[in-house]
Amino acid sequence: MKLDIRMPMGLMFVVLGLILIVYGVMTSSDSEMYKHSLNTNINLLWGLVLFFIGAFMVVLARRAMRAPEAK
Amino acid sequence: MPRIELHAVDYLILSVYFLFVLGIGFALKRYMKTGADFFLSARSIPAWIAGLAFISANLGAQEVIGMSASGAKYGIMTSHFYWVGAIPAMAFVGIFMMPFYYGSKARSVPEYLKMRYDEKTRGFNAISFAVMTVFSSGISMYALAKLFEILLGWNFHLSVLISAVIVLAYISLGGLTSAIYNEVLQFFLIVLGFLPLVLLGLRDVGGWHELTRKLSEVAVGNGFAPGTMTQSWAHTGSAASNPMGVEWFGVVFGLGFVLSFGYWCTDFLVVQRAMAANSMSAARRTPLIAAIPKMLFPFLLILPGLIAISMHYQTKGAFLPMEHGQPNYNMAMPVMLGHYYPAGMLGLGLTALMASFMSGMAGNVTAFNTVWTYDIYQSYIRPGQSDKHYLAVGHITTVVGILLSIACAYAATQFNNILDFLQLVFAFVNAPLFATFMLGMFWRRSTGHGAFWGLLSGTAAAAIHHGLTLPVGAVTGIHGGWLGPIVHQYPSDMAQNFWTAIFAWTVCFTATIVISLATTRKKTDEELKGLVYALTPKIKDSDVPWHKQPAMLGLIVIAGAVILNVIFW
Repeated sequence: MKLDIRMPMGLMFVVLGLILIVYGVMTSSDSEMYKHSLNTNINLLWGLVLFFIGAFMVVLARRAMRAPEAK
Repeated sequence: MPRIELHAVDYLILSVYFLFVLGIGFALKRYMKTGADFFLSARSIPAWIAGLAFISANLGAQEVIGMSASGAKYGIMTSHFYWVGAIPAMAFVGIFMMPFYYGSKARSVPEYLKMRYDEKTRGFNAISFAVMTVFSSGISMYALAKLFEILLGWNFHLSVLISAVIVLAYISLGGLTSAIYNEVLQFFLIVLGFLPLVLLGLRDVGGWHELTRKLSEVAVGNGFAPGTMTQSWAHTGSAASNPMGVEWFGVVFGLGFVLSFGYWCTDFLVVQRAMAANSMSAARRTPLIAAIPKMLFPFLLILPGLIAISMHYQTKGAFLPMEHGQPNYNMAMPVMLGHYYPAGMLGLGLTALMASFMSGMAGNVTAFNTVWTYDIYQSYIRPGQSDKHYLAVGHITTVVGILLSIACAYAATQFNNILDFLQLVFAFVNAPLFATFMLGMFWRRSTGHGAFWGLLSGTAAAAIHHGLTLPVGAVTGIHGGWLGPIVHQYPSDMAQNFWTAIFAWTVCFTATIVISLATTRKKTDEELKGLVYALTPKIKDSDVPWHKQPAMLGLIVIAGAVILNVIFW
C-alpha cells in the first residue's frame, strides 16, 4: 500500500489526545465544569486513552514500513 | 432548547480534524493518475480498511441521529436493524455475492447488471441510483447544517458551504481512496467520540439493571407492557403490543430479508468499498469484517437514546426539547453530548458528529461519480474516449455532484417531507432490486426482459401498496393513501414500510420469473460464466487459515448476532 492510513490516523489521535490532556490538566481545579461528566476529569482521562490508541497506530504503521515486502 | 456554548479548545479539536482530512487528500494526490486510481482505488485496498469503510459509508447522519432517536422512541427493538437486518445480509453478500461482483471485474453495480442482463436494466438502475445518491448526500448536508444551527447557532449557509468545500477538496484530491481512508478515520473518531458518552450515561442512570427498571416505567406510562423498551422479541407476537407497531413476520421478512438484503447486497454505495479491495479474498472478507463492529453499534448508538428517554421521564420532561407535545427524539444524541461532555470532550463529540455526516456525504458522492462517469456518460453520452478524458469527467462530476447535493440540501429546507419522501423512494427502488439480483445470480434462465419488467412491476407494486394503505393517525399524502380508497391501516409507519417492501419484492420476484420463462434467453452459458452461481467455479478456501475463510467468518458473525438476539430477547 502506498500510504499507510494508520500513520496519519495515529498522529491525529496523538494530537487530539495531547490537546485533551493539556486542557484537562489546565481545568482540573474547575469542579463546576466537571459536574457535567459526573465529577470525572473526562478530558484528562479520555485524552490519555486517545493518546495511547494513536501512539499504538503509529507504532504499527512504522513497523509495517520498516519491514517492506516481508510477507 | 438551550444552546451549547463552544470554547476555543472545541474549535481547536475541530480544526485539527479538518487539517488531517485535507492532509490525507493531499498525500494521496500524487497516486491519482488513471481512471482506475480515481474511481476504483486501483483495486488496492486491504480487507480491514475496506471493511471499516464499508460500514462507515453507511454511518451517516441518518444512522447516528436516526438510530439514537429510534432507540428513544421504540427502545431496544431498534436493534432489529442490526441483529436481524444488517448482519445476516452482510454475511450473505460476503460469502455468496462478492465472488460475482468482484470476479466479474464490473466497475459498478449497474455494470454488473449490464453484464448479467442487458442495457436497459443497467440504465434503469444507474439513473435511479444516481438520483438517490445526490438526494442522500444533500440530505446529509441539510441535516448537519440544521443541527448545528439549532445546537450551536451556526449560520446554516456557512455550515453547508464548509462541509461541501471540505468533501469536495478531499475527493477531488484523492478520489475513492481518499474517501475510503477518511471513512476509516471517521469510523474511529465516531467510536472514540461517542463511547465515553455511553459510559458516563450508563454510570449516571446506575447501570443496565437500573436503566431497565426506569424504562419499564416509561413503557407502562406509554400504555405498553413493562419490558417493551428493553426486550427485542418478547412483545412482537402482535403489532399492537409494542411501540414500534410491528409483528415478528414483518420484522423477519420485511426488514430482515427484503429491506436489509436489498440495501447491503445491491446498494453501490457500500458495495463499491468491497469492489476496491485488493483481492477476491479481501473483497469477500470486507462485509464480514464490517459486520463485527456493526454488531456492536447498538451499544454505541441506540443506548444513548435509551438513556436520554429515561432521563427525560426522570426529569418530568425537562431533558429532551418538546415538539407538538412530543419529545423531539431526533435531539437525543445532541442533547446527550451537551449534557455529559464538558468543553474539550464536547469538541471531540461534535467532531465525531461532523465526521459521520461527512462520511455519509462523501460515500454518496464517490458512488455517484463512478456511476455517472462509467454507466451514464461512457455508455450513453460519449463512449470510446481515452482514460484521461474519463478521469477529467470524474473530476468535473465531483464538482457537479456536490453542487447538486447543495441544491438538494436547499430543496430540503423548502419541503419538510423530503426526508419521508426519500425513505419511500429507497423502499420503492431497493426492495425489488434484490429479487432481480437473486434471480440473476442463482437462476441462469432469467432474462434481460424479465429483469427489467420485473423491476418496473416491483416498483409499481410498491407504489400501489403505498397508495392504498395508511398508518394509523397519518394524513393522506406522503404517508400513503393517495390512490383514494384505504384498503388497510397499519399500526405504524414502520409496519407499512416493511409491508411495502414485502409486496415490491414478491411482485418483482414473480414477474421476473414469469416474463423470463415467456422470453428467450439471449446470453449463453459461456457469457454468464462468473456471473451466475452454477456456472462459476467454486472458490476453494481450505488452504487459507480459518480467520481468512469467508464461510468461517460468516458463521462467527451470525453466531454473534444470534447470541445478542437471545440476550435481549
